[in-house]
This record gives sequence, structure tokens and C-alpha cells, in this order.
Amino acid sequence: MITEFTPLASLAGGILIGLAAVILMALNGRIAGMTAMLGGVLQPQHPDSPWRIAFLAGAIAAPMIATRMGAEFGFAAPTTGAMLAVGGLLVGIGVTYASGCTSGHGVCGMARLSPRSIVATATFMVTTFATVTVIRHGFGG
Amino acid sequence: MQRILSALLAGVVFGLGIALSGMANPAKVMNFFDPLGTWDPSLAFVMGGALTTAAIGYRVVFGTRRAPLFDTTFHLPTARTIDLRLVGGSALFGLGWGIAGFCPGGAVPALGFAPWPTALFLISMGAGMLIARRLQALPRPTTA
Repeated sequence: MITEFTPLASLAGGILIGLAAVILMALNGRIAGMTAMLGGVLQPQHPDSPWRIAFLAGAIAAPMIATRMGAEFGFAAPTTGAMLAVGGLLVGIGVTYASGCTSGHGVCGMARLSPRSIVATATFMVTTFATVTVIRHGFGG
Repeated sequence: MQRILSALLAGVVFGLGIALSGMANPAKVMNFFDPLGTWDPSLAFVMGGALTTAAIGYRVVFGTRRAPLFDTTFHLPTARTIDLRLVGGSALFGLGWGIAGFCPGGAVPALGFAPWPTALFLISMGAGMLIARRLQALPRPTTA
């Protein structure tokens, strides 16, 4: 499935993602990592849970409201239900052991030049590339 | 209350950014990782924009303030060790990201405008997180 190359929208979206990280650091002194935010739901008695759930609520509500107001975000899932279920399970286990994902390690940690985040990001970018390549083109590349 | 409202604000900006960028679109994400096929390099612009903004913004914040506006200290990760948990966990994450096309930060905002099949991924991911938390809580044999 071909998707349209959207450099401007992607750059603007990326700047907003970075801005969100800066806002959360400047106001609350916290890393804007989605893995930790989801911990707020899995561990509701944790003292950080209320603000983490507020972040999640904002992240879900904003595109929902924008869509109601006429915004259009591209979406297509070229996967089977089984792929989403298996992929989801692996992502959940992986980010818990790695203590972070694309937002926490890839954006916030890389921006601080954290060696752990640089290693984590390099690892998941390479394995994601390898996985997509094997699924789509087989082991022959 | 201020901390909750500022987290809500950061979440709103994050959610709009993710949706606009294409990170919530599995087809686009998977095409970024497919330079041999239907390649879409857009996600390089997402990472570039996010990283540049965060790197400059963090420098300004850490350079001009001793503490955040609504807390007494910056809460920065203290872990320094690069171990099997970090590398193995990241590799498993990459495997799952490649299979499903969703990462956690992409899937949560996607729930707002494409609830199905995003919910299936998120429920599965939540189960994976709970399994890993259980496994981590188990007493581990001391290394010989």
C-alpha cells in the first residue's frame, strides 16, 4: 500500500511532539514518554498516576475533537487482527523491559544525549526495519 | 491541580502532533521501514522535527531554570547501565512495531480518531506490559 510523502505535515507534527516534551519538562519537570504514561493506568495507586492519565486523556481527546471539527488524519492498518494482537503483546513486553519507547527514548532521551536512549533507539529502529523487510520481502531482502 | 492541567496541555499538543505527523498511521509507519518497497520517508521529518525541538527546548529550560514551574525538581532518569533488559526489550519492541505498525505513542492518539483496530493493539499491548511487570517482580536467581 502506497502512502503519500508528507514532509511538511510530518515536520509540523514532529515539532509539536518535541514541543509537548518541552512543555512537560518546563512545567512539571517530567519526561514525555508514552510507556511511563501508560503505567499510570496499569498502576492507578501510584502518586504520578493522576497527571499521567491527564496526559493520556489529552492525547486521545485532541485528535478526536480535531476530527469532529473537520480535520482529516490519514489512517490505514495494512495488518491482520492476529498481527495487531501479536505485535501489541511484543511491544508491551519490550517497552516495559526497555523502560521506554519511541517517545521516551527516541525523542526525550535522544534529546538529552542519554547513552541508554541512543542504544535503545538504534536497536528498535534496526529491528523494526528488519521485521518489516522480512515480512514484506522474505529473508532474501 | 496545576500539574494535572499542564500534563493535559502537553498531552493535547502531543496527540495533535502524533496525528498530524503520521505516526498514528500504521501504513505510513511501515512504509518508512520499507525502503526496498513502497518507501515513504516522511517519518524522518517527524523524528527530525521532534528531536531538534526537544533538544533546543530542553537546553533552554535546563539553562534558564533551576526547577520546573510546578515542581521543586526535574525528574530525570537515573539509570545508566546498558544491559540485556534495555537491548533485548528494545529488540522485542522493534519486532512488535514492525509486525503491527503501531508504537505506544502512535497508538494512543490513534484511539481518538480510529478506535478500531487501534483498540485491539492497545489491549494486547496492555496485556504485554502486565506480563512483563509480573515477570520483573519475580525473584531472580542470583548470577553464578
